[in-house]
Amino acid sequence: MKRFLLGAAALAALVLASSQAWSADRLLNASYDVGRELFVEVNKAFIAGHPGVSIDQSHAGTSAQARAIAEGLEADVVTFNQVIDVDFLVKKGLVSADWQKDFPDNASPFYSLPSFLVRAGNPKHIKDWNDLVRDDVQVIFPNPKTSGNARYTYLAATAYAKEAFKGDDAKVKEFVTKLFNNVPIFDTGGRAATTTFVQREIGDVLITFESETRGIRKEYGDDKFEQVTPSVSLLAEFPVAIVDKVADEHGTRDLAKSYLDFLYTPEGQDIAARNGLRARDAAVAAKYKAEFPDVRLLTVDDVFGGWAKVQAEHFAAGGLLDQVYGAR
Amino acid sequence: MADPEIKSYEPHHESQSAAVTESRPVRAVLMAVAFAFLGIFLVLPLIVVFNEALAKGVGAYTEALASPDTRSAIRLTLLVAAISVPLNIVFGISAAWAIAKFEFKGKAFLTTLIDLPFSVSPVISGLVYVLLFGAQGLLGAWLKAHGIAILFAVPGIVLATVFVTFPFVARELIPLMQEQGNGDEEAALSLGANGWQTFWYVTLPNVKWGLLYGVLLCNARAMGEFGAVSVVSGHIRGLTNTMPLHVEILYNEYNAVGAFAVASLLAGLALVTLVLKTLLEMRYGAEIAATRGH
Repeated sequence: MKRFLLGAAALAALVLASSQAWSADRLLNASYDVGRELFVEVNKAFIAGHPGVSIDQSHAGTSAQARAIAEGLEADVVTFNQVIDVDFLVKKGLVSADWQKDFPDNASPFYSLPSFLVRAGNPKHIKDWNDLVRDDVQVIFPNPKTSGNARYTYLAATAYAKEAFKGDDAKVKEFVTKLFNNVPIFDTGGRAATTTFVQREIGDVLITFESETRGIRKEYGDDKFEQVTPSVSLLAEFPVAIVDKVADEHGTRDLAKSYLDFLYTPEGQDIAARNGLRARDAAVAAKYKAEFPDVRLLTVDDVFGGWAKVQAEHFAAGGLLDQVYGAR
Repeated sequence: MADPEIKSYEPHHESQSAAVTESRPVRAVLMAVAFAFLGIFLVLPLIVVFNEALAKGVGAYTEALASPDTRSAIRLTLLVAAISVPLNIVFGISAAWAIAKFEFKGKAFLTTLIDLPFSVSPVISGLVYVLLFGAQGLLGAWLKAHGIAILFAVPGIVLATVFVTFPFVARELIPLMQEQGNGDEEAALSLGANGWQTFWYVTLPNVKWGLLYGVLLCNARAMGEFGAVSVVSGHIRGLTNTMPLHVEILYNEYNAVGAFAVASLLAGLALVTLVLKTLLEMRYGAEIAATRGH
């Protein structure tokens, strides 16, 4: 009985304690799953300029994050790597519909792109997307049905083919089908695909975000892999937004705004570039030019007419992705 | 219940010496199969965990464990276990007591209910709490209006952990108490002991080994639970990230040493549990056999 009372008291104390967890000088940033090192640095620099402020971080896949926020995870700001997941919050009435106008560059302070990682010396001479459909090349990327990362790969390859075949849909489909045929294993997520490529040593080229290839080389050895930047790729935005409903309740709107603004400052941009993301700031981009080779970037809006259309035409059940994936 | 079974097995007991003199090659093959199986599925992964954790030396290992996020994950996991295990002891004893010592309607139903968490996927049990306490859930609006945070905070993690662990103690105690019957308690009561005295001096000592065993299992599961906790945690570093969740997140960040260092702590916990259980059985083997009835 005593034990029970103690337990009950502890539980009650916790409930009371956790109800007061937020205040006007504290932010919760819900972020994507591999962004920890970036935001450790960002937060340290931001707090240095804003004494007394504290920032909590939550990291997980951004679709899961968006759902958690809809169910009550009280994030003041989101820093995602998928635009559609912010749109989900718009649908739930948590983020204002014109969030992409609240901050510069479509509310994407930095960006990346699907890029290639090959084995040291590039033994198969892989330079661009058309090398990936060769019969002697095995390609590794995760399943686009389950991985946002792979959806970018699928869209980038499609965008490349659309240009190369001047919009001939039949040839585009043939190209993408061939690419899929060269993938021996479709893992469920980016991390699993990396393990397949790096530790099981399957495949000649791994396609993932450029920002990821840096982490892989750092962890598994700089001398074992080489980064190859294709001639053209797809712009991958890293959208940021204030979660209006939460920020207004917490009284943190001003702090949230200055936090996200900080990402656009030269200091914030420099941190992003050091963590493998491409900076918007011209001076910072010039400083790290050697690490980020030139590439022509297409956008989802220009090539596919926006995310809503992509979702309906490509990723919905029975859409183009299903047709290509099923045609293997 | 046990009697007819024992009788039917008696011929086997007598021929056991014959079974032991099974030809040497057969015995060797059987033993080799058992050891190989355990080696591949248990020992090898354990070695890999510790090997990866120490891949960059002891310095990197201790550094990984000393990081503030990791320490807070360890603290949270210990806190969750410290709350949910006592709750499970109270619940387990009450449930076992009610089922073993009383006759009432719906007893079979209650017994089945206790097994429910074993048959439900942990992710589903986490989702149940989201549907109940989430902003769009049944109680969400009321909790929000009163400023009470359950989901994506420590109480949610505790609830999810209690849910997935509550069969452990009860399941250990129910068969034990049923087998022992009410005789001892009736004797105590007839000699003038009150309810509490009967419980403390008669019932509890009778079931202490079963209880301890249940607590060990319950504790191991409480600290290791991933699925249910992952759904209700919110993954906030330093606040709602438990050890198993922290392992996943470190691994995803290409921090293999950190991930396996935390995993090695969890593996260490499993080993400690195993050693404790073995020690108990060695030291009190006869007594345990007598009170546990098997």
